[in-house]
Amino acid sequence: MGFQFFLEVLVTGLLSGVMYSLVALGFVLIYKASGVFNFAQGAMVFFAALTFVGIMELGAPFWLALPLTIGVMVLLGMATERFVLRPLVNQHEITLLMATIGLTFVIEGTAQLVWGVEVRRLDLGIKDVPLKWLADNTGMFISQIDIFAAVVAAILVSILSLVFSRTKVGRALRAVADDHAAALSIGIPLKRIWALVWAIAGVVALVAGMLWGARSGVQFALVFVALKALPVLIIGGFTSVPGVIVAGLIVGATEKLAEVYIGPMVGGGIESWFPYVLAILFLLVRPEGLFGEKIIRRV
Amino acid sequence: MRMNLSISKTLRGLIAATVVAATALIPTVSFAQAKEQYFGIPSYRVGPFAAGGTGFFGGIIDYLQYVNMKEGGVRGVKLTWAECETEYNAARGVECYQRLLKKGNQQMHIFEPLATPIAYGVLNRVDDDKVILTQYGYGRSDAADGTVFPWVFATMTSYWSQASGIMNWMSTKEGGIANMKGKKIAHLHLDSAFGREPLPVLRRLAKDWGFELIEIPVASPGIEQQAQWLRIRQERADWVILWGFGAGMNSTAITSAARINFPREKMVGVWWAGSEEDVIPAGEAAKGYFAAANVPNGKNFPLVQDIEKVVYGAGKGNLSDPKRIGSIYWNRGVTAGIFWVEAMRNGQVFANKRGQVLNGDEMRAGFEGLNLTPARLKELGIEGMLPSFRLTCRDHEGSGQIKMIQWDGTKWNSVTPDWISSDKKMVRAMVEESAAKYAAEQRIIPRVCPA
Amino acid sequence: MIYRESGQFRTTYNQDTQIFPLRQDRFAMIALLAVGLVVIPLVASDYWLKALLIPWLIFSLVALGQNILTGYAGQLSLGSAGFMAVGAFACYNFMLRIDGMPFLVALVLSGISAAVVGMAFGLPSLRIRGLYLAVATLAAQFFIVWALDKFGWFKNFDPSGVITAQPMIILGNVFDTAQEKYLIVAVVVGVLALLAKNMARGSTGRAWMAVRDMDVAAEVMGLPLVRTKLLAFAISSFYCGVGGALFAFAYLGTVEPSAFTIDLSFRILFMIIIGGIGTILGSFLGAAFILLLPILLSVVFHLIFGNAISASVISSVELIIFGVLIIAFLIYEPHGMARMWQIVKEKLRLWPFPH
Repeated sequence: MGFQFFLEVLVTGLLSGVMYSLVALGFVLIYKASGVFNFAQGAMVFFAALTFVGIMELGAPFWLALPLTIGVMVLLGMATERFVLRPLVNQHEITLLMATIGLTFVIEGTAQLVWGVEVRRLDLGIKDVPLKWLADNTGMFISQIDIFAAVVAAILVSILSLVFSRTKVGRALRAVADDHAAALSIGIPLKRIWALVWAIAGVVALVAGMLWGARSGVQFALVFVALKALPVLIIGGFTSVPGVIVAGLIVGATEKLAEVYIGPMVGGGIESWFPYVLAILFLLVRPEGLFGEKIIRRV
Repeated sequence: MRMNLSISKTLRGLIAATVVAATALIPTVSFAQAKEQYFGIPSYRVGPFAAGGTGFFGGIIDYLQYVNMKEGGVRGVKLTWAECETEYNAARGVECYQRLLKKGNQQMHIFEPLATPIAYGVLNRVDDDKVILTQYGYGRSDAADGTVFPWVFATMTSYWSQASGIMNWMSTKEGGIANMKGKKIAHLHLDSAFGREPLPVLRRLAKDWGFELIEIPVASPGIEQQAQWLRIRQERADWVILWGFGAGMNSTAITSAARINFPREKMVGVWWAGSEEDVIPAGEAAKGYFAAANVPNGKNFPLVQDIEKVVYGAGKGNLSDPKRIGSIYWNRGVTAGIFWVEAMRNGQVFANKRGQVLNGDEMRAGFEGLNLTPARLKELGIEGMLPSFRLTCRDHEGSGQIKMIQWDGTKWNSVTPDWISSDKKMVRAMVEESAAKYAAEQRIIPRVCPA
Repeated sequence: MIYRESGQFRTTYNQDTQIFPLRQDRFAMIALLAVGLVVIPLVASDYWLKALLIPWLIFSLVALGQNILTGYAGQLSLGSAGFMAVGAFACYNFMLRIDGMPFLVALVLSGISAAVVGMAFGLPSLRIRGLYLAVATLAAQFFIVWALDKFGWFKNFDPSGVITAQPMIILGNVFDTAQEKYLIVAVVVGVLALLAKNMARGSTGRAWMAVRDMDVAAEVMGLPLVRTKLLAFAISSFYCGVGGALFAFAYLGTVEPSAFTIDLSFRILFMIIIGGIGTILGSFLGAAFILLLPILLSVVFHLIFGNAISASVISSVELIIFGVLIIAFLIYEPHGMARMWQIVKEKLRLWPFPH
């Protein structure tokens, strides 16, 4: 097991981590702006990818299907805000979490009802084969789609970070996340902000869904990518957009390295729990995640 | 924002009303006609495995419908059925078993859940309820021993037979068993009981033939396999046996193989990894991939064409997408339906109850008397779709044969004109040993079968 | 009018600290026990017993455990299915490896094993709170299921990987008919529910609720935080473990890790949310709701539509309705069905007068 192999595993892991970050990004956006832990994000990824492929199957070309799907996700976000969040204002966070889990069932059921249960192929025009010059020069096999995903993720994260920190809308979002009542009292339109945030999260879900769908096909198992994103959220902190990327890289890399080097010693398959145990260890040192806001509790 | 009490009351009233109404309805009373044979179908049509489930159970229902429409049932006894959604979940499956068990004054006598957890969940109920539990190509391989498992069947190819068959085929590709020595075979499997099923056979063959077996588990749901494939490349495996389940894991395995330039022609999947749903998401990458098949795909069988004409022609087809006629799962479902109906046909003859409804023992006698000779296969219009085999009191498996299919980018093609056999002697010995151990543990006295 | 407590005087401390101070409540409870333990085994059909009542009782027990941890002690946990798995496998192994082990003793021991594991995974709760803790408990769920599946010792190296549970033998009698299994489950659940009720009413329960409401303040007041939190985890896991053992022995009949998925953990959490978080009655009501609802939907749909609509459509719609009902419940009655029952009782006090 030479150094080159180690490097390959590492790079592969980092790129996998980027894919996890994309999903985790949706969680962070919603939590940052409304304090709700949206467990339905995985279902939204699945639904977005399925809608996109479904619309294309109905005959629409790529450049038309994309805005149509974005429209659908925006509508979904607005509906969620209107029917799930608004009646549950100020409830306990567990209640809101449970409501989003209920939402998961609704979205999963609707997706299967509308688009059926067959698995579908998602073709982004980029072949899932190793990058040739990299393979020829260094002997490392890194897929083109992974690199494309990393670039997309970097762009997305940069844009979102800038929006949150530099624009007026971003400031409003951060104010809402801090304290709903206070934000309302100074005139921030809470309902519109929430609808906006859920819509953005829906778009992020679409991007994640398209990339994951291109890699693994659009089928029900996509909802399980949310479970991979949770350790990323813990390590990065629920409220930090750049933290999501860093945490994703950490989780992806350590997960792959552990599976390759430690896995065979215990019989393999440790990917299912290793990121979670890692997350616990991180939490014991920093209970709010690497970049999360420090939790101040008043007694 | 607390709603006032009156809304709670309405909701409360509504719930109370529905609960009362439903409790009266749950044991659904439905009076079956006198001459109807009732079958319970524990299907799964939602969730991660729904693509296969809708195909398989659709195939069964289509065949039952066909027999009703074309022949008016079996000697005048119409076939009826009821479905229950199990979501591929053990607890739901057990509840479905109980719910489907009786319908009016009829009882179901065959239970095929197409799911290992559910099959295990009902394993110790079938004896008392007199229900035949078929495990069509999955589940306990040692159920092939009918003396220990009188009501459980492993028709028509258990996992052990399939693993043995795959290895036999692989050895022919390598030019003989002698050439297998020194080769590296990676067993890429779902990290579950299902994935580990073939290990006894593979390990035994590794010892006997001299190849190195590399066991590589994949954690569920398996949509991320980078680490595993890097390891396969590192070990320079010659062949990869893909023992995966679910389109997520299977298509990811194929695309991951493409990413490291592992030749798909050196990948062989178990039959759960060998359907259209498993390879379509992988697109171009799946070209050349081999899989084992209990039942090949294709519409060039007279029965398949007839079902399409008779059942779908009248608009009574079960599949929502008729393009799936002839697909792997649907064909398999049709053959499952054929087993049921043949068991009925036989059972009526053995018990001298032609044209009458059968009870559990009679149905089992019929099932154990399944004798699909080449002539009978031709009569049924499925020549080439099933191997010819017969079941006995002792042998609950049958032929243990498979076909090899290869994906060409748009469809599966059979690459072996004949059926590939397993090492029957070796597998049977293992089956009997395992069954004996089970019998000892559970304090079962094996029944005596006529010689 | 029915529910008036006038005329009932409590003159001793013992009377004052009863669980059911009102005579009507006592009658109702005795009647319920009579029906549950005598009438139902005699009258109920096999389907009712095997498919509805036994799982309901078992899930009520597990929901009780979850309620102790999340409802009373405020520690959000998603690992309950994992602890059930520990209980199931522990029971199997105790009965397998120790000759002549009585079933009830094995049950208690399996609960204790689950409690030990629960305490180990509860250690992070000393430092982590809220949603973070919930995700951390997922680690327990995944790790436990992986470990039980991976190491063949737990399954006695069975080649198929799924082990059949031994028959339940108490004092030489084999309990294998539906009625007998039901009786065992009913008695065990009844006893443990009583224990839970008393724990919740006593100083243990008060300590938990103090920790739930504001643990820093509780610590300042002198409550031993470590002991309280770990005790909550231990007792909750005990209940989940016993529930898991019963699940495997009295219901499924097989012991396999894949029956204890994260989906099950979520369902248990749903049970206590809908039933009423922080109440004993809520565990039973919630378990009934979550268990019966999919069956209800399935039956109703088949009755209305029969074979007219594709079964796939029906299954998807069931899923949607399930989600909608959960959300509706959370919106309209966030304190759950137990609170609804309380309102009924309050109304009964005044009935037939409106106020």
